[in-house]
Amino acid sequence: MTFDEAVLERHSLSRDEYARIVELLGREPNLTELGMFSVMWSEHCSYKSSRVHLRTLPTDGPRVLQGPGENAGAVDIGDGLAAVFKIESHNHPSFIEPYQGAATGVGGIIRDIFTMGARPIALLDSLRFGTLEDGRTRRILSGVVAGIGGYGNSIGIPTVGGEVMFDETYAGNPLVNVFCLGIARRDALVRGRATGVGNAVYYVGAKTGRDGIHGATMASAEFAEKSADKRPAVQVGDPFMEKLLLEACLEVMKADAVVGVQDMGAAGLTCSTSETGSRGGVGIDVDIADVPQREAAMTPYEIMLSESQERMLLIVKRGREADVERIFEKWDLHAVRIGHVTADGILRIRDRETLVAEIPNRALTDEAPVYRRPMQRPANLEELRELPDEARQPLTRPSDALLAILGSPTVSSKRWIYEQYDYMVRTNTIVPAGLGAGVVRIKDTTRALAMSVDGNGRFCLLDPRQGTRLALAEAARNVACAGAQPIGATNCLNFGNPERPDIMWQFAEAVAGLGEACRALEIPVTGGNVSLYNETDGRAILPTPVIGVVGLLQDASKVRGRVFPDENLEIVLFGEGDGELGGSEYFKTILGLIRGMPPALDLARERALQRLVVDLIGRDLIRSAHDCAEGGFGVALAECCFDAGGLGASVSIPGISPVDRTDRLAAALFGESATRVIVSVAAGDLQAVLAAAARANVPAAQVGRTGGHTLRIAVDDQVVIDLGVAEAEARWSAVLSNWLDGQAA
Amino acid sequence: MKFAIVVFPGSNCDHDAYHAVKHVLGEGAEFVWHKETTLATADVVIVPGGFSHGDYLRTGAIARFSPIMPAVTRFAASGGPVLGICNGFQILLECGLLPGAMLRNRDLKFHCEFVGLRLERTDTPFTGLGRAGQILRLPIAHGEGNYYAPPETLARLEDHGRIVFRYANAFGETTEQANPNGSVHSIAGICNEARNVVGLMPHPERACEAAIGSSDGLLLFKSVVSMLSERGDWQGSASLAQQA
Repeated sequence: MTFDEAVLERHSLSRDEYARIVELLGREPNLTELGMFSVMWSEHCSYKSSRVHLRTLPTDGPRVLQGPGENAGAVDIGDGLAAVFKIESHNHPSFIEPYQGAATGVGGIIRDIFTMGARPIALLDSLRFGTLEDGRTRRILSGVVAGIGGYGNSIGIPTVGGEVMFDETYAGNPLVNVFCLGIARRDALVRGRATGVGNAVYYVGAKTGRDGIHGATMASAEFAEKSADKRPAVQVGDPFMEKLLLEACLEVMKADAVVGVQDMGAAGLTCSTSETGSRGGVGIDVDIADVPQREAAMTPYEIMLSESQERMLLIVKRGREADVERIFEKWDLHAVRIGHVTADGILRIRDRETLVAEIPNRALTDEAPVYRRPMQRPANLEELRELPDEARQPLTRPSDALLAILGSPTVSSKRWIYEQYDYMVRTNTIVPAGLGAGVVRIKDTTRALAMSVDGNGRFCLLDPRQGTRLALAEAARNVACAGAQPIGATNCLNFGNPERPDIMWQFAEAVAGLGEACRALEIPVTGGNVSLYNETDGRAILPTPVIGVVGLLQDASKVRGRVFPDENLEIVLFGEGDGELGGSEYFKTILGLIRGMPPALDLARERALQRLVVDLIGRDLIRSAHDCAEGGFGVALAECCFDAGGLGASVSIPGISPVDRTDRLAAALFGESATRVIVSVAAGDLQAVLAAAARANVPAAQVGRTGGHTLRIAVDDQVVIDLGVAEAEARWSAVLSNWLDGQAA
Repeated sequence: MKFAIVVFPGSNCDHDAYHAVKHVLGEGAEFVWHKETTLATADVVIVPGGFSHGDYLRTGAIARFSPIMPAVTRFAASGGPVLGICNGFQILLECGLLPGAMLRNRDLKFHCEFVGLRLERTDTPFTGLGRAGQILRLPIAHGEGNYYAPPETLARLEDHGRIVFRYANAFGETTEQANPNGSVHSIAGICNEARNVVGLMPHPERACEAAIGSSDGLLLFKSVVSMLSERGDWQGSASLAQQA
């Protein structure tokens, strides 16, 4: 069968790609085969534009048990245990149908984790939305938050943290990146691999319907406003079904009855069969007439491409079929044998006597096209990096500026969001959402895991390489502030259309920056996800790499959060900076600018700072730790006073004369120089802390003391901010509820 | 002492209750699968939180038909102490062991936060070690915890001293602001006429260790252990009821 341009276009396949399919098959494909190629060769499944860049990331390390290429990465955390984690995007579906799009994003990443034999114990979300003035954005935000909660809360996995930022460019293309972490016995990790000729292939979970057909191809195409018409390509989540699947799969794995497990996410049955087969170097023979179906008269094409949720593929050990069926029966699920493993590397799809597709597994996976797409530094970059005159205007009302930044949606309290998430189920959460990195203890050990997701699209717009280095450094610094040593990273790279050379340049620069930072901080990348084509009507989002870092805390009882815990503590600032305001929240909120160069980052100094903080927390010498990020020192200090019952602080810092001639006061208060942490220290420990910092070559200065009920900041010995903590906290707390209360989800 | 923790397929606080009882309190704990029909030799039954059978229809509406529920009902009828937490409370309402019903939270949103509770009654097996008027800090995590009962039922609950916990601020005032979900009369937890069946929306099992934010929840578990070990069995329920 030959296909015309219209058919190929509907399948998002180029003429060249079609020619390659014919070459690999040695014949023309039929329509079912064409559909299978189209989803497996989509950007979403094949990473065809990103693969050459991702290969450069450092993925090895002494703790790495599983790097990229499996359902999730895994690192050794001691006590015979592994932390299994990954982050994934569900951006496009969340725009089309916010609640279900976000909910199924949560469901998808949870499956990736338990597929590896790990019990999921924590979720984080990194979200990006347009501005709250836009009614559609408010609707999307409310729906996304309700969807994340609706799925995570029901299934009983706590959402322990995350981050949210707002920018106009996300208005038609919100980002929903979900991170999940699970715990497994390190010797019991399960892979998505089919082995053992003759072993049975089982289908478990929900029945197959017509939902989500071509979800992977949709996620790989730019959006036009008419995409709302694509609603049937968004799936509907069923957390109860997934809970049953989770428990049943973990039980089957514990019984050692399977050789491989793969969830059916994007590209459904096609992806799960061809990937398990190609990883194991075997073939798979499936009879689709045995696939449980929710709707009548489904075609082989529809069955193979459906993205119905909550389905898994199991490769069962020969002789253990009855055990597997019995365990699923206990959970009121049916495990259905749909095929078996063969020796010849071919994926054969039958409909009883009829052979409907016959494709070498590797043709769908390893042989997918790889593109080295043209790259071009964006033409307007130099202009963006120039500061206009208005960026240098003097800051005349610092208190008002601080209140305005605290009241910006990006900086404001996210309580309205995280209180809709069950952040404490499983009773492991020792630092809950909103108080720093999320930290969960690991029962039956002394340890805990801290995790943070971070990314700053403004910095990445101005310099994607530097912005991504900063994102990794910030995520790692956040887990260090909890007292945890960073041990692994995952990434979700959200960019525009890679067929545009300027976007591809941003992407390549970001990956290069991530690699540099990971190598310098010795944090291996164990996996991740790429989301391209984040554009609506030709306008791309800010380039938004989101980096997740996991840290290991040896003694859970020593964990620290951001909040000053007591009065009369010494406040010490670690690190120093040039007061860079490029890409800052100050520029954005006060001046409406995204201009300049992002802050400098010396990775050796960053590493020294993080090690110092972890060491001091381990020695019980600091009482709280919080990094300086959006809004700089001023906002970080205010945040140290919030959620603490109104306890204040009084500090004095020197002014800064920035090289780019921005305002001296603004630079000191709101400059976003990296590698800075505010800690509180008992008076008796101050000398020990300063001495340790000196030995570690980390700049450290005692800048003030906690106490009272005001937030007082002097610059060059002149008090420039003197606000009641209650007033500042009220401003910071009320932003989201003011915009969103009464908004139907 | 042996606690039986009923496990529905969608239970998700079963492990939390088990951990609190077994590892924090050091008492015996056993999971009982919902398809079982007996509770064996349980001294206390906990119906834990979660979403039992998905709860797409109405929270707990299907769980009440689970094979284990007749055994729970018999245990309760014989005076055995039963504690329903969150979804467990909703299930006890559905199967009629406790009166009333749950509506969606007043603002239609799920709420996860620590709240203040005023302990109203110490004459139940789960509150004996407390002091009336005492303020407990426990977390809630629910979307449907807005307790409702018709006026005559409410009057009966009030008159018979069957309201065990009310949402309250740090001063013990049951203000609108201290009520996170809109429950009538700020009701957070109630008991049955015989006082041996207690249900509450907040999660005492999530508040048994300072490391996770509060240990105020221990009061409920310690109370029942203390009462059972003093009496040796559950003959005490009747006399407790008479005190009220």
